[in-house]
Amino acid sequence: MEYKNSLKRILCCSLMFLLLGFVSFGCAKKEKQGVSKEATKEAAIKVYVPPGSHDEMYSFMSGGFSGQVSVYGIPSGRLLKVISVFSQNPETGYGYSEESKPMLNTSYGFVPWDDSHHPEFSQTDGIPDGRWLFINGNNTPRIARIDLRDFETAEIIEIPNSSGNHASPFTTMNSEYVVAATRFSVPIPQKDVPIKSYKENFKGTISFIKVDPKTGKMEVAFQILVPGFDYDLAHCGKGPSHGWAFFTCYNSEQAHTLLEINASKNDKDFVAAVNWKLAEKYLAEGKGKDMPASYYHNYINEETRVAKSERVDKVKVLDPKDCPGLIYYLPTPKSPHGVDVDPSGEYIVAGGKLATVLPVHSFSKMLKAIESKQVEGNIEGIPVLKYDAVIAGEVKNPGLGPLHTEFDGNGYAYTSAFISSEIVKWKLGTWEVVDRAPTYYSIGHLSIPGGDSRKPWGKYAIAINKIAKDRFLPTGPALCQSAQLYDITGNKMKLLLDFPLIGEPHYAQGIPAELLSKNNLKIYPLENNRNPFAIMMEEDAKVERKGNEIHVKMIAVRSHLTPDNIEGVEVGDKVYFHVTNQEQDWDIAHGFAVQGNRNSQLAIMPGETKTLLWEPKAVGVYTFYCTDFCSALHQEMQGYVRVSAHGSGVPISYGTGK
Amino acid sequence: MNSKSRYLVAAASLVLILVFFFPLWKISLAAPQYPEGKGLFIWTNKITGESPHDLQIINGLNHYIGMKSITPEAIPELKIMPFVVIFFMLTGMAVGLKGSRKVLLAWLVLFVIAGMVGIYDFYSWEYDYGHNLNPNAPIKVPGMSYQPPLIGSKQLLNFTATSMPEIGGFAIFGSMFLAALAYFLEWKSKKGSP
Repeated sequence: MEYKNSLKRILCCSLMFLLLGFVSFGCAKKEKQGVSKEATKEAAIKVYVPPGSHDEMYSFMSGGFSGQVSVYGIPSGRLLKVISVFSQNPETGYGYSEESKPMLNTSYGFVPWDDSHHPEFSQTDGIPDGRWLFINGNNTPRIARIDLRDFETAEIIEIPNSSGNHASPFTTMNSEYVVAATRFSVPIPQKDVPIKSYKENFKGTISFIKVDPKTGKMEVAFQILVPGFDYDLAHCGKGPSHGWAFFTCYNSEQAHTLLEINASKNDKDFVAAVNWKLAEKYLAEGKGKDMPASYYHNYINEETRVAKSERVDKVKVLDPKDCPGLIYYLPTPKSPHGVDVDPSGEYIVAGGKLATVLPVHSFSKMLKAIESKQVEGNIEGIPVLKYDAVIAGEVKNPGLGPLHTEFDGNGYAYTSAFISSEIVKWKLGTWEVVDRAPTYYSIGHLSIPGGDSRKPWGKYAIAINKIAKDRFLPTGPALCQSAQLYDITGNKMKLLLDFPLIGEPHYAQGIPAELLSKNNLKIYPLENNRNPFAIMMEEDAKVERKGNEIHVKMIAVRSHLTPDNIEGVEVGDKVYFHVTNQEQDWDIAHGFAVQGNRNSQLAIMPGETKTLLWEPKAVGVYTFYCTDFCSALHQEMQGYVRVSAHGSGVPISYGTGK
Repeated sequence: MNSKSRYLVAAASLVLILVFFFPLWKISLAAPQYPEGKGLFIWTNKITGESPHDLQIINGLNHYIGMKSITPEAIPELKIMPFVVIFFMLTGMAVGLKGSRKVLLAWLVLFVIAGMVGIYDFYSWEYDYGHNLNPNAPIKVPGMSYQPPLIGSKQLLNFTATSMPEIGGFAIFGSMFLAALAYFLEWKSKKGSP
């Protein structure tokens, strides 16, 4: 009897455990998925863009190691375009066509790739104005400017005396400047020294690149020589703090090896506050020294759409020792990463990766501290202000590994916490955390449309995550990165959508669609085409020999190429196919490739002329064709080029339909 | 003629000025791959596209089916029409001033005949373009011709072609109507008075 009772008890207990196990397992599973069943319908309606309608906003994301900029529609999360910036792109011929190759010239030679991190819109009065998008090149220090009328890269400027251009290209309130800085200290100027002489020989630079308000043309206006720390990120002041720019730096330990340990020793590193308005005054007084340098400035001529490459050989450098009041260090715990200025311009939030709190500096307190000389030290002539004199408050429990902060314009800040994999929402002024949303997985940066501007549009927050794991269908070991879209209109953040990303976005900039679509270019007007080899009419098609160069002026129009039969080319010739797309119709591109060409095809937009260089190595008859499906008779859009032996003297002849 | 009729005749002449500011006729082309639509405006002195490059685009598409290119410079009617309209404007004003009912009738009849000639000319131009096709055209649909409708809609392969008068065209019809109304009122008053 007793035995039976205990058995019953054991059975009951086991059953209860099993039940509890199932229930908790079920619950855990639901939490892992991110959107509960009840919330799914609501979320679906918010992100579904029905056929025939458009997304509400554009989001421009950096490509990271892809070197490009991707464009997504929000809220659907659909990829709309990949803009070629720093990497060659066979899909368009960027970096392969004769017109675009000069864009990738640098003082190191032709560089076909870079690591693009931070997109930043041009701003007017602190608000993104939809004219240009700037993006930094991290590996070969550069800044690119993208024209938002045709979504093409218009200009790339190299940054001299630099390495690891990470704290870039953050804009001042009216895009007077975009900034750059060295994440990696190096000998400036470069010289052959032992690496362990870091503390003596390695320095950093903070650069200000002037942007012409009409044309957008960039110029390195001046650089400030700074102590050899790692200058990681930046944001410029707005409103009352307009005229200042803020840069986080870590590795104040000045380690040159095993930074993982050696740069994490100090309790506090810094935010460097730079008074660029004062820098302009010092430059006018002649304090800037011309330092020889060698760097490239490449830009597309708007009329010819041919890229030009210019070498610049000097840069103006300011030394903080000669310029009192130019730059101050604000102590900041601990190995800080992002520095973000709130919409009012008063609060400067620094994300200390290894800190347990999120420090928020006060701009007004900083000015007072400077005036009342609340200085606790001096590093190579740069005053270090007292922490307590500049701090506005500290956000407690900001998540583990806080990195970046964006703002919604309603008094709240959103900080990404990488290690605890969450977004932490907190209130400006009270510093209290009001909400936390898990991200899947390991959020790096986040983006709120207008989130780093004077008047954020808010509504959405996009988490850009470093780890995707099981969020999408598996695709082998190399997975895409993941973005997550949150609705931030309510008190609590609501997860709406997961979507995959190309490359590795480090940051994004969102903008309401109308601000860009109203200036959108549908075609390039043929009558404005001043490419030196452009032709307007099929009768003007020509093949000419200039020494060992052959220039083919060709027209592509539905559905034939003119000329489509070419003879008289010899082995050893450099054949330039200058192809003009004569169409003026929306979305009718033509492509062009030659059998065995060792570069890439060209994608030619209506009204545009692009040039492909082909160097035949053996005799024969080679084919060329249109590579972009353009019309019902696209398959018929082909041609032949006859290559004869060198010196054979076969006369040049060409035509279509003869 | 009484003053009411005179005003009507004057209005009939003046309304014709609209044809120098607005197109006479519009041919619209709609197809699945052209959500924005394509269109041609026919004015007294030119043919233009509805959007900047429509004329060039339509000519490009037409070559597949062997239709001739529409080259406004080669269409003589576009040189003649403006003068015809000016002629009727001036003579209409003169009729209004002179005030003779019989002359008004003559003017109106001449105007209507001119209009009918214009319509017939338009029809035969459309016929020529739609039927005299290049025998080497890539796309040949047996028995198919591409004459756009004179007025109304018609399906031509993947395009729905719609032909309708525009403000200029309505101005001409309006002018005829006003002149006819003036004549009718005169005729009635003549009949009514003892």
